[in-house]
Amino acid sequence: MKHLFLAVLAALLLINAATAQTVSVQDVLQSQRELLEKSSRKTIAPAIDAIASSGLPQMQSVLEAWQSKNMWQRKADGLFFLATKNDDGTYALQDFQDGAPRGNAIKKDLKQLKPNSGIRAMIATALVQFQLSDPDAAKRRAALDSIARDPEAAALAPLRASIEGEVDADILARKTRLNQLMTMSFDTDTTARVEAINAMAGDLSVDFRGTLNPLLATKMVITDADTTPEGNIASKLRPGTEALAPLAAYEALVANGLAPALTTNDARDALLEANISNARIAGVPVAQLATEAKRNEVYDLLVDNGVAPARVTASSIEATLDKHSFYDLYLEPSPQVTTAAKAALAKSQTRVSVSQAADLGLDALSLASIYFLAAIGLAITFGVMGVINMAHGEFIMMGAYTGYVVQQFVPNHTLSIILAVPLAFAVTFAAGVALERLVIRWLYHRPLETLLATFGVSIALQQLAKNIFGTQARPLTSPAWLDGAWVINDVLAISYIRIAIFILALLFLGLFLFIMKRTRLGLETRATTQNQRMASSMGINTDRVNMLTFGLGSGIAGIAGVAIGLFAKVTSEMGDDYIVQSFMTVVVGGVGNIWGTLAGAMMIGGFQKGVEWLNPSNTLAAQTYMIIFIIIFIQFRPRGIIALKGRAAGD
Amino acid sequence: MRSLLEVSGVTVSFDGFRAINNLSFQIGSAEMRAVIGPNGAGKTTFMDIVTGKTRPDEGRITWGDKSISLIGMSEAKIVQAGIGRKFQKPTVFEDQTVQENLLMALRKDRGPLRVLFYRPAKRDLARVDELADEIGLTDALLRLSGELSHGQKQWLEIGMLLAQDPQLLLVDEPAAGMTPAEREKTTSILVEAAKTRAVVVVEHDMEFVRRLNCKVTVLHEGAVLAEGSLDHVTKNQDVIDVYLGR
Amino acid sequence: MNTSFIARNPSVLVFLALLALFTLVVTVLSEGFGIGFISTSFVKTLGKTLCLCLVAVAMDLIWGYTGILSLGHFAFFGLGGYMVGMWLMFERTRQIVVNSLSDGVLPPTPEEIKAAIGNQIFGVVGSSEFPLIWAFADSIVLQLAFVVLVPGLLAFVFGWLAFRSRVTGVYLSILTQAMTLGLALYLFQNASGLRGNNGLSGLQNLPGVTAPQATVSLWFFWASAAALGAGYLLVAWVVSGKFGSVIRGIRDNEARVRFLGYSVESYKLAVFTLTACIAGIAGALYYPQAGIINPAEVAPIASIYLAVWVAIGGRGRLYGAVIGTAFVSLVSSWFTGGQAPDINLGFYTVKWVDWWLILLGLSFVLVTLYAPRGMSGIIDLMTRKKGEDR
Repeated sequence: MKHLFLAVLAALLLINAATAQTVSVQDVLQSQRELLEKSSRKTIAPAIDAIASSGLPQMQSVLEAWQSKNMWQRKADGLFFLATKNDDGTYALQDFQDGAPRGNAIKKDLKQLKPNSGIRAMIATALVQFQLSDPDAAKRRAALDSIARDPEAAALAPLRASIEGEVDADILARKTRLNQLMTMSFDTDTTARVEAINAMAGDLSVDFRGTLNPLLATKMVITDADTTPEGNIASKLRPGTEALAPLAAYEALVANGLAPALTTNDARDALLEANISNARIAGVPVAQLATEAKRNEVYDLLVDNGVAPARVTASSIEATLDKHSFYDLYLEPSPQVTTAAKAALAKSQTRVSVSQAADLGLDALSLASIYFLAAIGLAITFGVMGVINMAHGEFIMMGAYTGYVVQQFVPNHTLSIILAVPLAFAVTFAAGVALERLVIRWLYHRPLETLLATFGVSIALQQLAKNIFGTQARPLTSPAWLDGAWVINDVLAISYIRIAIFILALLFLGLFLFIMKRTRLGLETRATTQNQRMASSMGINTDRVNMLTFGLGSGIAGIAGVAIGLFAKVTSEMGDDYIVQSFMTVVVGGVGNIWGTLAGAMMIGGFQKGVEWLNPSNTLAAQTYMIIFIIIFIQFRPRGIIALKGRAAGD
Repeated sequence: MRSLLEVSGVTVSFDGFRAINNLSFQIGSAEMRAVIGPNGAGKTTFMDIVTGKTRPDEGRITWGDKSISLIGMSEAKIVQAGIGRKFQKPTVFEDQTVQENLLMALRKDRGPLRVLFYRPAKRDLARVDELADEIGLTDALLRLSGELSHGQKQWLEIGMLLAQDPQLLLVDEPAAGMTPAEREKTTSILVEAAKTRAVVVVEHDMEFVRRLNCKVTVLHEGAVLAEGSLDHVTKNQDVIDVYLGR
Repeated sequence: MNTSFIARNPSVLVFLALLALFTLVVTVLSEGFGIGFISTSFVKTLGKTLCLCLVAVAMDLIWGYTGILSLGHFAFFGLGGYMVGMWLMFERTRQIVVNSLSDGVLPPTPEEIKAAIGNQIFGVVGSSEFPLIWAFADSIVLQLAFVVLVPGLLAFVFGWLAFRSRVTGVYLSILTQAMTLGLALYLFQNASGLRGNNGLSGLQNLPGVTAPQATVSLWFFWASAAALGAGYLLVAWVVSGKFGSVIRGIRDNEARVRFLGYSVESYKLAVFTLTACIAGIAGALYYPQAGIINPAEVAPIASIYLAVWVAIGGRGRLYGAVIGTAFVSLVSSWFTGGQAPDINLGFYTVKWVDWWLILLGLSFVLVTLYAPRGMSGIIDLMTRKKGEDR
């Protein structure tokens, strides 16, 4: 490889050196003088070719100068120069060969070459081959970008020529890939095209699919019945099938001048109105025309009288349609190419579907993490303690606002989030303890009353937040390192923030399990909820345990609030969005079991994403269906996915 | 004589624990039966199964002359079929009067629509008076049942059971927490009831059982350990082992 | 025991008399028929309050008497409003459309009229097609029947599923709240066929009626008063007899009622459905007075307020529900309407528009904690009727 490269390099240098000695820029230009002076789009091509293929390195700047209308011809001797306007109105001339100044000239003695837009485009194409081999890597990249943006057949040859000399591995890869893609579209050899397509079949990338789609573009062709059109036929379309509605087929006939236009009601009515005489149309009183049938009838009378064209309606077009055949023709003439492209695209599509399914799965997983995060505090207060806290959503809201307030004082986003998490825990822990001490303590074993009282708290907290922070949504900005996404391929990507939430959910699950199973507080909490009297007779301060457990659940809701605030709007009403879902998550999962909550979150998140996938335009409907699904689900598992069994679970 | 209720080979387990283990039990149509057994013997679960609160894993429960199966029937349907149950804790509707409690229990159509348009007939009120007399609550007829003493609540509940006119009465620890005089009264109510229908009494108190003077079934670990007169079973070595520890 | 129902429940008679007196007084003071002391908009407010009292009576039946804390009865209320709103909007638009089309040269055809109505009504959601659910919108009889049937059917299906699986207590409350949320979210979609979040509007105009709003508002006021009276009477009758005994029994000890041989589920379902129908009727009378209905009305918070009103008034007593609702909703509209004087503390001005909800929320907590019988507990103390209904 290295030897080959050196050999090529040496050869190139030799050629350059040889030509430089024999032919100058001016020589080449003078040889095309006539065409250049004529400056017509029709005839200029050979001139451009001659300049571009002369092999002179200076030709890039010549073409650029020409394109930007800086190439001037001295009238006296017909020589071409690069001219720049001086301050005194004269023009400074420069030789293209070595950039040496060739004195000044006044405008009268010079003639500017003014290529029109067509010629300029041709120059630009010719320039690409120079830019593709430009020593400046950035220019090479820009040239590749410009070709990729709008691939043209003309760019294929220069692109191929530039591959050999490429030294940058990254750019080389891009060039090779672009070459391959452009080969599919523009190579003159059908076999090469088919090979290029087959080689990349199944590729997921957007540019590959973007290259294939135009190859498979079709247009509708109408022929007489039983006549097959010339060209690469994609399919025969039968009016009345899914591919071609009868009305659309007829409209195509009308557009091709093969049939008279449909008589619309408006057209019919206009003609009727035009034929009113003495409040009658064709002898029928106008007042009788109050039904569609009557209007049609009277119009037909006008037709009989010869003052109106025959009525063409949706029901009478069939005979006309039968006289014609409809075909979809590929714009691409080669059937080998279209067949290969179709197969390759189908293969890609299958893989795209797989990736999309994976993407959907990831989406569902992150939604499940959010639900889990929102519900885990509830899994403690409701699941373990059996306390219905309708202000749970407001604790989430308080956590999110804590994050917002911290960001007002600590501008560094990373630091502010690190500070906000413990602060949010502290704030909502305190709020939870206060709520437990002041309200819930008096209402243990009266769940409906607890529910009502915490509603009151929820209403008050929401309004309080509104009074302090206003009704506008407040931003909680995530640190820069959480922006962006982990891109797996062109279809599959997952944003870092969702990954972070997923990890946070896992952490919380671990934390919950640790506290409940491994700490004294967890043991005492479980003892207290199972049998308060027994627990207190064993020396457990159940009052304190209840208070701490409730505070813990509330505090976790606060941290969840910070996390949720990072991707959702922070408003005083944000709690409403999570409270019902959270309770559903806990109930569906099975009260009193954290794995149940996890399963519930997974199921609800998965179901919701599944419905959204089936009906992507409507996320509201997904939630409605989810709730119906939950109601039906509870029919079959009234105690949730993971249910406690036996007499212990009885009422 | 054919038996009124026949339980055969019934097994129930909760999370692997066998609360009832291959239990078989019969009772005739006008018979008093006491069921005794230590804690956890499955006495309450046995009642739960018969009344439809708990569904057995296996086994058969047949009822009445037509030998219909009770498994899968709703609690309400089983009650309507003629099985009444009294819970361990007296549960009467404390916010309602004794009369209302009894009227609710009276054997009548229980469909919502019929109940909505139901207005007590003279005959019904007379029956309520009769029942109140039986349980000694005539004077308390219009009092809220929540104001009654513990013993009176127990009698009211028995009264409500009798009002249903069931063919089988399941009574769970009727004498718990009663004074000796109240026990006496309870015994006589139950003995009177057993003249016309089957009565199953679950009880801890041997003295009370002795006074009932009936056949005794001893349950242990979810199965029948012994059956016969009280004297007979108390002489049974297995029973002695279970009660006194081995 | 054999005396008549009214004689056994003198409070019902007192209530009906007071309601009649109130109706009379409002009529005499109104702009439409009386001396004009009460503005038309306030007559509407009073009429709406009567409708809210009616749904509160239904709420008391399901919650106070049967013990089911439903957080979904405002959904039924809203559905009733939607059903009557469909006819009001359709008929009024039809009349406008027919008027404007009759100016044309040709007399309009039924198809043209229908298309034009569709365009008028559904233009805001980018459609002109009539959704299937509007199939009977041209028939006032059917739509009035739907006022009862649609909430009743929804309640029946939901209740059948929920009660059958023995969902009780707070679980049922949360489930009813989920149902409400589901319905609200459904209505928020443009594809719901009920104009999405635009809702139905212009409902205050009775099609074909040229009488001024001052008069129309009184008609609705009377209708609301009559409905409240009838509803109160019906519910009082339902809870007075053995049926009342059974449902109070279900509230206090569901299992015991089951072991008396009553099919608890059927009773719950009957009460749930009946109260949903009453709520539907209340909603059908409310929204023509409000003029507009949109999905926000059905949102879960509305049903929570309903529970708040009944709790503050005192559940388990029908007059408690009425008093609580009338008091809280009127005071609420006084505070949030900006009529209440602000309190200037020097360093901070308490604006009631902002602070009323906080006051309401906290007083609700206090009522739950310290006065579970609510405001009617005070009436009990005054009349010395200790717990007669409970």
